[in-house]
Amino acid sequence: MTQEHDLVEKARIMDAARINRALSRLASEIVEENQGANDLYLVGIRRRGVPLAERIAKKIGELEGRIPLLGSLDITLYRDDLSTVGASPIVNRTELEASIENKNIVLVDDVLYTGRTIRAALDQLMDFGRPRKVRLAVLIDRGREHRELPIQADFIGKTVPTKRSEIIKVMLKEIDGEEAVGIFVRAGEEA
Amino acid sequence: MNKPFKRKDLLGIRDLSAEEINTILHTAEAFREVSRRDVKKVPTLRGKTVINLFFEPSTRTRTSFELAAKRLSADAVNISTSTSSLAKGETILDMAKNLDAMAPHVIVVRHSSAGVPHQLAKASRASIVNAGDGSNEHPTQALLDAMTIREHKGKIEGLKVAILGDILHSRVARSNVHLLTKLGARVCIAGPGTLVPKDFAKLVDDNLEICQNIESAIEDSDVVMVLRIQKERMNQAFFPTMREYSIHYGLTKERLKLAKKDAIVLHPGPMNRGVEIASDVADGSSSLILNQVEYGLAVRMAVLYLLTGGEE
Repeated sequence: MTQEHDLVEKARIMDAARINRALSRLASEIVEENQGANDLYLVGIRRRGVPLAERIAKKIGELEGRIPLLGSLDITLYRDDLSTVGASPIVNRTELEASIENKNIVLVDDVLYTGRTIRAALDQLMDFGRPRKVRLAVLIDRGREHRELPIQADFIGKTVPTKRSEIIKVMLKEIDGEEAVGIFVRAGEEA
Repeated sequence: MNKPFKRKDLLGIRDLSAEEINTILHTAEAFREVSRRDVKKVPTLRGKTVINLFFEPSTRTRTSFELAAKRLSADAVNISTSTSSLAKGETILDMAKNLDAMAPHVIVVRHSSAGVPHQLAKASRASIVNAGDGSNEHPTQALLDAMTIREHKGKIEGLKVAILGDILHSRVARSNVHLLTKLGARVCIAGPGTLVPKDFAKLVDDNLEICQNIESAIEDSDVVMVLRIQKERMNQAFFPTMREYSIHYGLTKERLKLAKKDAIVLHPGPMNRGVEIASDVADGSSSLILNQVEYGLAVRMAVLYLLTGGEE
């Protein structure tokens, strides 16, 4: 895990208003592709995908007059790096109250980078049943060249080409107390 | 935020911090959900091996650990005394070294002598989980009791918990006294004078009280925990007859009325119905005895997961 204190912000790429506009657009694109909110089921990936899914669901509710189903996944138990990350990471709850069977799932996460989190989320989702289809919505796509698996997003808030040494931080008021997306580098690697 | 758990072994509650206990309980809450799915299995411990080494009879705990391992996709092997090479005269340490050579990740051990898991922990590279050592500790039982209390009372701090019965022989009581006082509950223990060790209060500093009779322990309590009379550990007369025990110390409906209205009743099992607990209490609406079993599985999954975390 990266430590907060040794990161230096290099550029701020989104503020509260831009995040909000991006989520509004994602909400419209999702209902357009789904032709309404029928059988739509938004599943946020912990942690920051969860509040993002909630906000998109609310916006879809405003557009369509009905709020889609909502759930959350904690992918820790499906990670492929558990034997190399050191002490076992903290596991949080997975909440899929409504059945995912034959639903149109939209996985929601803050940043798409290597694609490994999404692989874990897909594996976990399949253990809960057989959805009709699964789409992926992310606030930030760091670009295809970083992908380690054949996974791409269907709905993208903003594509931000980044270097490997850079870290994208999405900050949301529900978790971080502020709203912003910034590019950070480790102290001493500013150049 | 909970901190990562960094121990190799789980030998007892005594040496855990409140923070570590909370990490285990938090993790167990997440694992409870896995057992409620249609597909009750996650790939987390694929390729890991868990050996259940039970030198004492057990249905609940052994099955619980075995299912916990299997639901995490680990391979589980059960060894019980009657089928082990100990019957041929091998010492426990030699046996542990041989098992160690097969490179298991976790060895869950239950033994009638206190300290056996601690010795194995020194001799083995595997993580050792104490599933009950003599009258010393039974950490996963205390953790599942705490989880049951927390799920039904919302907290542990500030609650009054009565622990009744055979305290002397009870590893469950010892682990629970450590755990509940660490998390801020007030614990009152009571039972026949011969079965309540007077030096028990030295185990912890505050929050533990030895009550003169079981009525005063039950009075106003939020949780009533009844212990099993352990006939197998009693080689002398601690009380005249089972019938007498049940009359003076058994948890009956009448005695339970002394507790708070919404008090919950726990028992680690297996129960001696009509001895330490009346059947109508065991099957009554305050009883969470079967919930305890469900939480036990979640707690054991959490412990296996946390102990098998990657290298330091």
